[in-house]
Amino acid sequence: MVPSPESTHKIQKTVGNKPLRSHPAAAVSIIIFGLAAIVFGLALSVSVGAADIKLATVWEAVFRFNPQLQQHQVIRELRIPRAVAGALVGACFAVAGAIMQGMTRNPLADSGLLGLNAGAGVALAVAFAFAPSLSFIYIMLYCFVGAATAALIVFGIGSLSYNGLTPLRLTLAGAAVSALLLAISQGVAILFNLSQDIAFWLAGGMGGTNWIQLKIMFPFVVVALIAAMMLSRSITLLSLGRDVAAGLGQRTRLVQTTGMLVVVILAGTAVSTVGPVAFVGLIIPHVVRYLVGVDYRWIIPCSAVLGSLLIVFADIAARMINAPYETPLGALIALIGVPFFIYLASKRKGELS
Amino acid sequence: MSKIVLSPYERQRRTRGITVLSSLGILILAVFIVSMNTGFMRLSPLDVLHTLAGEGTHQQKLILFEFRLPRIVISLLVGAGFAVSGCILQSLSRNALAEPGTLGINAGAGFAVIIYISFFPASTTASVFLLPLLALAGAGLTATLIYFLSYRKEDGLSPTRLILIGIAVSAGIYAFQLILSLRLDPRNYQFVATWIAGKIWGGDWRFVLALLPWLLILLPFSFYKARVLNVLNLGDQTSAGLGAPVEKERILLLAAAVALAGSCVAVSGGIGFVGLIAPHLARRLVGPRHQVLLPACALIGALLLLTADTLGRWVLQPAEIPTGIVVAIIGAPYFLYLLAKSKA
Repeated sequence: MVPSPESTHKIQKTVGNKPLRSHPAAAVSIIIFGLAAIVFGLALSVSVGAADIKLATVWEAVFRFNPQLQQHQVIRELRIPRAVAGALVGACFAVAGAIMQGMTRNPLADSGLLGLNAGAGVALAVAFAFAPSLSFIYIMLYCFVGAATAALIVFGIGSLSYNGLTPLRLTLAGAAVSALLLAISQGVAILFNLSQDIAFWLAGGMGGTNWIQLKIMFPFVVVALIAAMMLSRSITLLSLGRDVAAGLGQRTRLVQTTGMLVVVILAGTAVSTVGPVAFVGLIIPHVVRYLVGVDYRWIIPCSAVLGSLLIVFADIAARMINAPYETPLGALIALIGVPFFIYLASKRKGELS
Repeated sequence: MSKIVLSPYERQRRTRGITVLSSLGILILAVFIVSMNTGFMRLSPLDVLHTLAGEGTHQQKLILFEFRLPRIVISLLVGAGFAVSGCILQSLSRNALAEPGTLGINAGAGFAVIIYISFFPASTTASVFLLPLLALAGAGLTATLIYFLSYRKEDGLSPTRLILIGIAVSAGIYAFQLILSLRLDPRNYQFVATWIAGKIWGGDWRFVLALLPWLLILLPFSFYKARVLNVLNLGDQTSAGLGAPVEKERILLLAAAVALAGSCVAVSGGIGFVGLIAPHLARRLVGPRHQVLLPACALIGALLLLTADTLGRWVLQPAEIPTGIVVAIIGAPYFLYLLAKSKA
């Protein structure tokens, strides 16, 4: 990625007359209020569902668990893992998006739009087809491999070409790779009669999460998020352009490789748990950047918090909208994400080309 | 009247055009015979000829005329339709990556059909002739939406924005589609799922009849407009300077492209990439003049889809892979190759 004169121009343009800004105060309050809202959301998420449970019962189930009560069992075994997984996955998608947007300086980067989710999907379809009784940890590893392969193809194609990784090129490569990988997973699904299983999974949903999955994904998520925080300073520099970062003494290649690795782990984990949910990684970092400024040391934790919040509440909505049935989470978020994408795409005149 | 004298260059170009078109025709014929021969029941080429001449056994006739032939004809028609639609869209938007799939037109057409199926599940086969109309309405609405979302006073219809918004609108439509399709009962779901994946329905001449009138009107119309396309391809200002009523012609041709894609989607489901690849191959073979380019496109599209359909039937016998999936697996890498090469 060679920053051309227009890309330096872009920095000035996005920043406008204001100096490069950062609002730590806003960031801190987002984190505090966001965490409080997540706790509330988790409680709500546990109490809402096919069988409505009072918040007081939720409290009791957590702190005075009584295995005799069926409601307590439902809460412990179904609702809590689901809610917690939602929060973790939201953080994963949002942080993956934030890192990609920062590193590639591409406002349209998102693990769904760039084909990473589809890559994990193919891996999953193959896993379902050839080894149906695979344990979750292997499924997750398959998803990592799939996401990494897709990322390599998309970024490879994007950077092969004449003037580097423009946002348009990256988005198109992502769309084409997604189409290809989706076709392969559909083919596998049809051949092995997995159509409906995979369709439900492709639709994105939190239906089947359990404690075992949660236990396996948790360490990956925590490590990846910590790594993301450690990279955040370097990502801020990279977001100013690779030349600037290199000029300031950064080993850009190392940072980019580590960053991509973190993204692949985050996206792979999230996809293996809930399916390919797009647009979280697109929307959240933009909102966060608008609120807290351009410093990724704040953008990344705030993205994690708001991403969790989005998925937790979207999951509640998915269960409430069409009550006894669940609306696919991925579709629900796409309905918010698409107008946002259109807004982003049409806001920038000609800059995207 | 003096006789028109052709320059050597012009003569060479015409010969080239004729050679390319006729060799494409021969290739299609070859694949046609192979395709007739491919499937669960084997028929040798001789059997095929016999049966075509009306001398086959009852079983051979059944297989050929009721199962394979309609399917092959549909592949040919749909391939030609998508390819010409893609060619028109590429010339109009002057964007090498435009095609009904990337612009969201296929998604819109598919969505209309799925809404219909989810509300009137039982009558899916009774209403074959209604499906193209519905798909057309869906495609038209989507195209209008995308046009207005990406049009701006300052710089008109920017190719970049057109494609990005097309991708976004398709994503949105797919989300709606998913919500609707998961609420269908399993039997209808299976139907819709294979349909979205782009499966060519065999065994039914009614689909051919439903599609044929549209193509019989729209293909000649676009061939007739070839000269206008030549001019429009030069850009708005140049073509206005040459005296073309730019806005009117553009809307007319856009409508034709959308109608072609829509009616094809109604019969074959969402088959992407044909409309992208065929024009590129055609341009390489016969150059940019639409008088030759459009027919070449139609033939290449027909050839591509017939080959994909035959491959889909043959590769994993007795299982069948939906044609759309085969096309995507061939087409997406080509798209990526174009993307890596393009300078835009």
